[in-house]
Amino acid sequence: MNDSPAAVLDRAVHDLIFCGVGGQGIVLASKIVAATALAAGCPVKTAETIGMAQRGGSVTSHVRIGRAAHAPLVPLGSASAIIAFEPAEAVRCLPYLAPGRGAVVVSRRAVPPVTAALTRSEYDGSEMLGYLRECGERVIVVDGDVVCATCGSPKVLNTALLGAAAEAGVLGFSTDEIEATIRCTLPERFVEMNVQALALGAGYTRGDSE
Amino acid sequence: MGNHAIAAGAIRAGVGVVTGYPGTPSSEILETVVKRNPGDIYAEWSVNEKVALEVAAGAAYAGVRSMVTMKQVGLNVASDPLMSLAYIGVKGGMVVVVADDPGPISSQTEQDTRTFAGYAKLPVLDPVSPEEAFEMIQDAFELSERLGMPVLFRPTTRVCHGYAPIEVGERTHEPGAGAFEKGSRWVIFPRLSYVNHKAIEERLPVLAAELSSYRFNTVEEVRGGALEHDPVRAVTCGIATGGVSYAYAREALSMLGADCRILKVGTPHPFPVDLAERFLRGLDEVLVLEELDPVIERELLMVAAERRIPVTVLGKRSGHTERAGESTVESVAAATAALLGVDAPVVPTCSSAPQPLARPPVLCAGCPHRASFYAVKRAMRGKKAVFSGDIGCYTLGNAAPLEMVDTCLCMGAGVTIAQGLERAEPGVTHFAFIGDSTFFHTGIPGVVNAVYNGTDIVLVVLDNSTTAMTGHQTHPGLGRTAQGEVAERIAIASVLEALGVSHVETCDPLRLEEAEAAVKRAVEAGGVSAVIFESPCIAVTAPGPMHAIDQDLCTDCQVCIQRLGCPAIMRAGGVVSIDTSLCYGCSICAQVCPTGAIGVAR
Repeated sequence: MNDSPAAVLDRAVHDLIFCGVGGQGIVLASKIVAATALAAGCPVKTAETIGMAQRGGSVTSHVRIGRAAHAPLVPLGSASAIIAFEPAEAVRCLPYLAPGRGAVVVSRRAVPPVTAALTRSEYDGSEMLGYLRECGERVIVVDGDVVCATCGSPKVLNTALLGAAAEAGVLGFSTDEIEATIRCTLPERFVEMNVQALALGAGYTRGDSE
Repeated sequence: MGNHAIAAGAIRAGVGVVTGYPGTPSSEILETVVKRNPGDIYAEWSVNEKVALEVAAGAAYAGVRSMVTMKQVGLNVASDPLMSLAYIGVKGGMVVVVADDPGPISSQTEQDTRTFAGYAKLPVLDPVSPEEAFEMIQDAFELSERLGMPVLFRPTTRVCHGYAPIEVGERTHEPGAGAFEKGSRWVIFPRLSYVNHKAIEERLPVLAAELSSYRFNTVEEVRGGALEHDPVRAVTCGIATGGVSYAYAREALSMLGADCRILKVGTPHPFPVDLAERFLRGLDEVLVLEELDPVIERELLMVAAERRIPVTVLGKRSGHTERAGESTVESVAAATAALLGVDAPVVPTCSSAPQPLARPPVLCAGCPHRASFYAVKRAMRGKKAVFSGDIGCYTLGNAAPLEMVDTCLCMGAGVTIAQGLERAEPGVTHFAFIGDSTFFHTGIPGVVNAVYNGTDIVLVVLDNSTTAMTGHQTHPGLGRTAQGEVAERIAIASVLEALGVSHVETCDPLRLEEAEAAVKRAVEAGGVSAVIFESPCIAVTAPGPMHAIDQDLCTDCQVCIQRLGCPAIMRAGGVVSIDTSLCYGCSICAQVCPTGAIGVAR
């Protein structure tokens, strides 16, 4: 490959969708990717769709890398990756994925909405993960609970998912590039645990974390 | 973020006084001014938008550049001074930033500030993107100062909350001290209003002509989906657009690889009619892509009629685009494909996908409003009561299982709607819930009205020590200002007592039994009585001890779930448990558990 990533991105648009539940660190994950893109000299646009509440609602963050991106939101069917912090949110955002050309990186752990408990319907995410595995797209499931327990913080799910997406080659950037951004943007006391989570996340893509 | 760009542009343009009232999607503008203040800018969260606009106007009277920020419904509150200010004018450049919210994503209405600008006879600028907002806000100050009238600046949610890199650069104008020059021009009288009205009507067409060459009003040619400066192929179809819809239109044309002429309108009022004429000449059909009101569409129809241009204008009036809601790339691409007579891009469908459960926004785990609502609900069990609500996080108290917000209209309306309900149905207990920031915003006149006119209502002030919904801004009850300085704290209880409220009691809603008893006493008191529930928002206070469920004592009765609807309490595999990553230790689940199964986690 002769072109630098920046030159490729100058011609094409690289779209990413981050989705999950308010409070999971979704916006921070999209900012880390946006900062990485800027550091590589790529123009980037991001936008968040956040509902009324501070927490608990569905959150989607759109990241568009490349000069050819006009609209602030990712068009349906064009995302290289759906980086989902929750199985049902992955299914909700699946129409954004470019069919056959991207990957869904999803955290295994379900976050049941209050509506589930109130209507006495149990939701554990297995039906959603089952559908994702059957839908014909590339799906990488990350066990966020294991990563968070290993790294000693419940806040590193976002970097683990970034690690898995980078390793799968759908993020537009390598784990090394993401690591460099983490090292220069996060407060020092959080750097090592996030670098560790990034590596563990990448392991799920290679198949050596389970 | 677009809002950061607007703030940075205003600072660069030498703004000296910035005021506002928080409202999504506008709030980060003033916050960014505070954060990036070089030290010579005065910024405040005012108590409401009317006050904010008047403070900014005063500064502009004295020649200082000023900016006031609000969301679209805030402009309704500020409309009284704005309408008059259009006649009186300003000396220093004054920009009124009003963020519109197509969708609406977090608002009561989908009103269009471009329409308001026409009504108020003021210029309005409508940026496409954060990058353009940064440039355009600086133009707005220049324009306002040159015209001697306030200028509206109207970003929408996608511009306010979109992110893009910008280069800020050095200031082009320094804020200096003002000097108010006395004169009759500052005192509005009918005679002056007549003279000024005439002058405005004469000035607007002149300005419209000038704006035809404004850098952000453009006619562009697209061939094969990309911009082309001197195209060989002629076209007969055009798209007229403005704001974020321009970005969607470019995206759609690029997806379709289409040929088209584009009119981009950066100043919807006054409308750049000469430029519009140049755009329309030679076209057979024009599709107007804009969110909310058909502002550009109406203007183009008028230009076509007045200048006798034979062209068909398609849009909201003709039923070719949606009248309500936000545009998307898909809706714009479909409308554009229909205009050009080509196939719309195929959108993937996942018809076999399982339907994920709805995930509506909810009161946070540990939110004190949940306890307040539940205490009132328990106190009124079996009694007839209507619960009027207001604007804030606590509007979410409407949802099951609390169902404690029966009405919500606009800022400050809970306390007054309750009074009207009481006049119509006196045998029922009428409650009015109001948050602390909303109380100061427009709640106080309603309380004065209730006391003066001898109404019988129970006011419940939900004092969580912040303006939570919009991202935790300060207000007069907190003892500190937007700039972080210590301020006189205005105690809500003292205000209510001074207003003659018969019974005022303050208590902690997280102590459910005491809270319930306080509500019962307030109901007993009659007249205008008040309970102030004081407990800080979880975002501005440290958590209490985590709670857990003792599975030996839990009978799976689900009372905690069905009464409180706390997002931290869940049930999986027949077991009810508390998610320790969400629990904030408010303890109200422990207080409602009939078997004593919930307690502090060991």
